[in-house]
Amino acid sequence: MRFFHWRRGPATLFLLFPVSLLVVSGLVQAAQEEADTTEFKSAFFDQNEKCFRCHGSTKYTYHNPVSDNEIAAMMCDNRVIHRDEFYISNHKTFACVDCHAAEYDTFPHPGELRMETPYNCIDCHGYDENYAMYQFEEIEKEFQQSTHYNTDGDAFTCWKCHNPHTYKINIRNAQNITQAIAYDNQFCLNCHSDFERLQLLTDKEEIDLLQKHEWLPNQGLHFSQVRCIECHARPNDSLMVAHLIMPKEKSVKRCVECHSQNSLLMSSLYKYQAKENRTQAGFMNAVILNNAFVIGANRNILLNRISMIVFFVTMGLLLVHLVFRIKSKPKV
Amino acid sequence: MAEKYYHYPLWIRLWHGINALLCLILIFSGLSMQFSEPDRPLIPFDTAVTLHNAAAVLLSFNYIFFIVANRFSGNRKHYKISDKNYIGELLTQFRYYSVGIFKGEKAPYPVNAERKFNPLQQFSYIFIMYGCLPLIFVTGWAMLFPEIIVQKVFGVSGLFLTDLVHIITGFIISLFLIVHVYFCTMGIKLSSLFKGMINGWVEVH
Repeated sequence: MRFFHWRRGPATLFLLFPVSLLVVSGLVQAAQEEADTTEFKSAFFDQNEKCFRCHGSTKYTYHNPVSDNEIAAMMCDNRVIHRDEFYISNHKTFACVDCHAAEYDTFPHPGELRMETPYNCIDCHGYDENYAMYQFEEIEKEFQQSTHYNTDGDAFTCWKCHNPHTYKINIRNAQNITQAIAYDNQFCLNCHSDFERLQLLTDKEEIDLLQKHEWLPNQGLHFSQVRCIECHARPNDSLMVAHLIMPKEKSVKRCVECHSQNSLLMSSLYKYQAKENRTQAGFMNAVILNNAFVIGANRNILLNRISMIVFFVTMGLLLVHLVFRIKSKPKV
Repeated sequence: MAEKYYHYPLWIRLWHGINALLCLILIFSGLSMQFSEPDRPLIPFDTAVTLHNAAAVLLSFNYIFFIVANRFSGNRKHYKISDKNYIGELLTQFRYYSVGIFKGEKAPYPVNAERKFNPLQQFSYIFIMYGCLPLIFVTGWAMLFPEIIVQKVFGVSGLFLTDLVHIITGFIISLFLIVHVYFCTMGIKLSSLFKGMINGWVEVH
């Protein structure tokens, strides 16, 4: 094709330059995403394998001493713990029996163990100076004012959202904010977009999230660029992640809460990256800019100043021109 | 004795009126979004978004109408640069506006039956109609369907870069609008060029 003939020289290079920029930036992004290849080896790996042998997959086998044969059975979905997920989770250093009764090492498991009360976050992490920075006590207080707790009381445990076998600290260490947002939103979607799970907690009718959020312009972009809690949880300056999930009537519905200079997102989604904020010299709410773009929140101060100068110089020139026109107008 | 030329047929006047109205809506709703203030909104944010989107879609259609009508009506000839000494003509017209007009000199390129725009006018209209407007349409429609925009360019949001081009172009168009209105006061009387855009007739000395 003649269009791509190299002899076209500068014109071709001019066209290819933006394309090559995109390709290079894509490669840089891909390289960054592949960087983490660390493998963790648990000190309790062999011990945990006794549990994972059955709970690590959807099928398990056992020997039935009465009939003296091998039985293959299906593991209930909510009893399956994937090794891969567990060994990259926050609790990856744990032995299963750190949280579960040691009696589980017998099979069939004793029936009364089913009544075992699982630990909550506060049971291990509360009032411990090693975890003071996470402020579990404050999280507990917030949670107890949330709509989840008000609706279901103690039946709504931390584990309804935070799966102890897979949970990872997310937003604080996020390199890729879009992935971090998707991870966090999955907590909500696990129940709110899965009626079978939701009906374990409520007698309410099934809701259609897309239809409920139909009023939101660019719905897909909002869903992928902000977490549900940005609008549905009350921000708390002293907490890293707000836990006071509000009833839907109190959710943020005013666009300008985020789309303004004092964007709510700076005290929620981008709270931990605010150190990069360059308010005076560069962009307002620059940290948002690095990851997304929020109309009304991202303002380039330099561009604002230049545009004001250009505007007033233009108006000044027109005014001077007008004055000279009036002065030079021949007297009738 | 003033002469009259029918330079603005009905379709141009209708297009121009709709264009002006939509541009004003777009400028004020755009400013309102860009500088949104929760307590002192120029236009409430959600209303501004709806207005901006609706006006932009209408303006796009109006632009397509202009391009097609311009192509088939013969009006396109006024947007064609044919003179080889065009830069010289631009400078002559610029000199007239900055010096000659105050000395009572005659316009170097007056409106006549063949010429509707002076060189500076022509240049600014070409720049806006065939440079700025396509750019603001492409970036604006891209933001209406943000999923088509490249997510990141060297770590910076593609959406942001698109918006940056959009608002800079919008600013240039806004400035053009102000200058355009000012220059429209340079007819025989302050109001004569405005009247021309209503009745179609341009009066010249």
